[in-house]
Amino acid sequence: MTDAHTTGPFIAAIDQGTTSSRCIVFDKDGRIVSVDQKEHEQIFPKPGWVEHDAAEIWTNVQEVVAGAISKAGITPADVKAIGITNQRETTLLWDKNTGEPVHNAIVWQDTRTDALCKELGRNVGQDRFRRETGLPLASYFAGPKVRWLLDNVEGLRERAEAGDILFGTMDSWVIWNLTGGTEGGVHVTDVTNASRTLLMNLHEMRWDEKILQSMDIPAAVLPEIRSSAEVYGVAKAGPLKGVPVASALGDQQAALFGQTCFSQGEAKSTYGTGTFMLMNTGHTPVNSYNGLLTTVGYRIGDQKAVYALEGSIAVTGSLVQWMRDQMGLIKSAAEIETLASSVEDNGGAYFVPAFSGLFAPYWRPDARGVIAGLTRYVTKAHIARAVLEATAWQTREISDAMTKDSGVELTALKVDGGMTSNNLLMQTLSDFLDAPVVRPMVAETTCLGAAYAAGLAVGFWSSTDELRANWRRAAEWTPRMDAATRDREYKSWLKAVERSMGWLEDES
Amino acid sequence: MAKNIQSLERAAAMLRLLAGGERRLGLSEVASSLGLAKGTAHGILRTLQAEGFVEQDPASGRYQLGAELLRLGSTYLDVHELRARALVWTDDLARSSGESVYLGVLHQQGVLIVHHVFRPDDSRQVLEVGAMQPLHSSALGKVLSAYDPVAHNEVVENERKSFTPHTVTDAVDFEAVLDLTRARGWAADVEETWDGVASIAAPIHDRRRMPVGAVGVTGAVERIREDGALRTDLVAAVRDCARAVSRDLGASRF
Repeated sequence: MTDAHTTGPFIAAIDQGTTSSRCIVFDKDGRIVSVDQKEHEQIFPKPGWVEHDAAEIWTNVQEVVAGAISKAGITPADVKAIGITNQRETTLLWDKNTGEPVHNAIVWQDTRTDALCKELGRNVGQDRFRRETGLPLASYFAGPKVRWLLDNVEGLRERAEAGDILFGTMDSWVIWNLTGGTEGGVHVTDVTNASRTLLMNLHEMRWDEKILQSMDIPAAVLPEIRSSAEVYGVAKAGPLKGVPVASALGDQQAALFGQTCFSQGEAKSTYGTGTFMLMNTGHTPVNSYNGLLTTVGYRIGDQKAVYALEGSIAVTGSLVQWMRDQMGLIKSAAEIETLASSVEDNGGAYFVPAFSGLFAPYWRPDARGVIAGLTRYVTKAHIARAVLEATAWQTREISDAMTKDSGVELTALKVDGGMTSNNLLMQTLSDFLDAPVVRPMVAETTCLGAAYAAGLAVGFWSSTDELRANWRRAAEWTPRMDAATRDREYKSWLKAVERSMGWLEDES
Repeated sequence: MAKNIQSLERAAAMLRLLAGGERRLGLSEVASSLGLAKGTAHGILRTLQAEGFVEQDPASGRYQLGAELLRLGSTYLDVHELRARALVWTDDLARSSGESVYLGVLHQQGVLIVHHVFRPDDSRQVLEVGAMQPLHSSALGKVLSAYDPVAHNEVVENERKSFTPHTVTDAVDFEAVLDLTRARGWAADVEETWDGVASIAAPIHDRRRMPVGAVGVTGAVERIREDGALRTDLVAAVRDCARAVSRDLGASRF
């Protein structure tokens, strides 16, 4: 980037994401040496269906690895390990003899298994497997997608039962191909990805036989569950031939790792189109009674697993995009801050962006968006402010739910993602949470997390303490709002949330 | 107050008229709306048309707002857009230099800090976004004064206060500093604003080569200087960062 780097050694991280695949080369200080990225096609066969061509993805992964290595001007000997992070829950089945996918990968956003999930819930409902898996029965998890493929691809079930078919999330697909594919590729997944299938017992870290039976999925298709940081195998070909493949983490867990949230109670929140907040809860899985997910945070080698609570907000950055594209009130996303900063407060307006219902902690599909508290006084600038406040209040609600479930108060929130360049939003977040908000110096926390885990596995870094020492604070916002104002505003926000509920009458 | 120029006032009134409701108006409608003789109105409309501010529909002969107005409006770079574009580059500059990084734009008679990256050590630091720095003595301010004519007007017309014994306040000396800044493409502030503190800054240009801001590092004078001279590696890193942000804004290589 801006100056000459040291000669190495390096770690390469592959991020197989929802819209693109990337490869980033990091040096020992955790600084970015080079980046390469390639987008892949989003396939929409029907409304609500989203697929990816897994063969295209594997081609892209090979290209971005070659691209990043060549841009960095280094050789495989300089690279000590490869780390993998990936879009979570996206599901693929492929033939182990030919290496050919039997169908496009079904992407996490795909809702084709909605009805199947209802059916699988039987008389218990969506919490049927929550005790074992920490998850509600919902269409984005991998298990129901596997079942759908087995039911809908001609002859697939027979081939699967005969042991010719392999299942994997995108980590498994990339690792299997990297380590040789049909020529001895290893069929593994890591605990964080396995924890998003609805098929893994969270307490034992094993595939749950009862659930497999209930979902009618043959155990023969399943990858071996391994830790997030260990050598799974070595790259068999390509520009990194001979380099150990040494980590796998779902993207949000990788960001938790990259933000070095290694202690209980540490949390990170990633602000993109939507927002994902994860809190480290230590070595025990914490059940959620407040609409959060219980998931594995990471597991380093044979150490004990670290668990996390996860809350997601469907609409954050996408609300700003909506203000730009649908409302035309701003020309660029960054301008929301200019508009919002032109007034002192929200003028009494509150914006609940329940565009597709309310997620955590409410889970109300019958809710729809509202702007409450309108008077003649309210201008577009007040609405802009209410837009930013909506993201901050929704974070506060998730944080409150985490505190209720875990009994741990949030001491500081580490943030990343595109919206962290919005200074007003970050200050508002700190004000509403009544806690410091901290932005790290490396924005690419997801890739960094995968690199860190891989580096730990091969001894490139010695310990999580060393990684923590690498972490640099780029900015910190501290609360400036007085408690009375915060409480009053929160009450108004909650009233607005109340008004968004029950808009759709046929669902509840 | 001096009397305003009547024809400019009338031109402004016409633009407002064309910007409102109807959007396309004939000559007689414009003239009667503003209470002008047709000949007067026509003269002003033709001048505005020549400047691109007004266009005449060839078929109907009616007048509407011209594309030049839109272009004028879009030249303004939002400072938050500037921060968003600068984020990765300024993070990297802080990391490679080991010093804190500031991004500033001209605001009234000073430099408004729109982005601040902490020095990458574990010390407690306070975010200084929204703070002001002086135009004549800070490195960011000198860069803006050297490259932006509006900043230059501000700095020559206002009092240049002496903050330390090193502050340059004399008009001739100050112009020499700006000449040097333009000649080498960067500016420095060695204990001219704060005792013990030094900075190095370089200009950020947009795609029209307009100076839109300045970026720089700030730190203890003994770290920014080496053997009595400013560290050349820091100067290079600051200039690289400024060029990278400029490229991100669409400025061509220079």
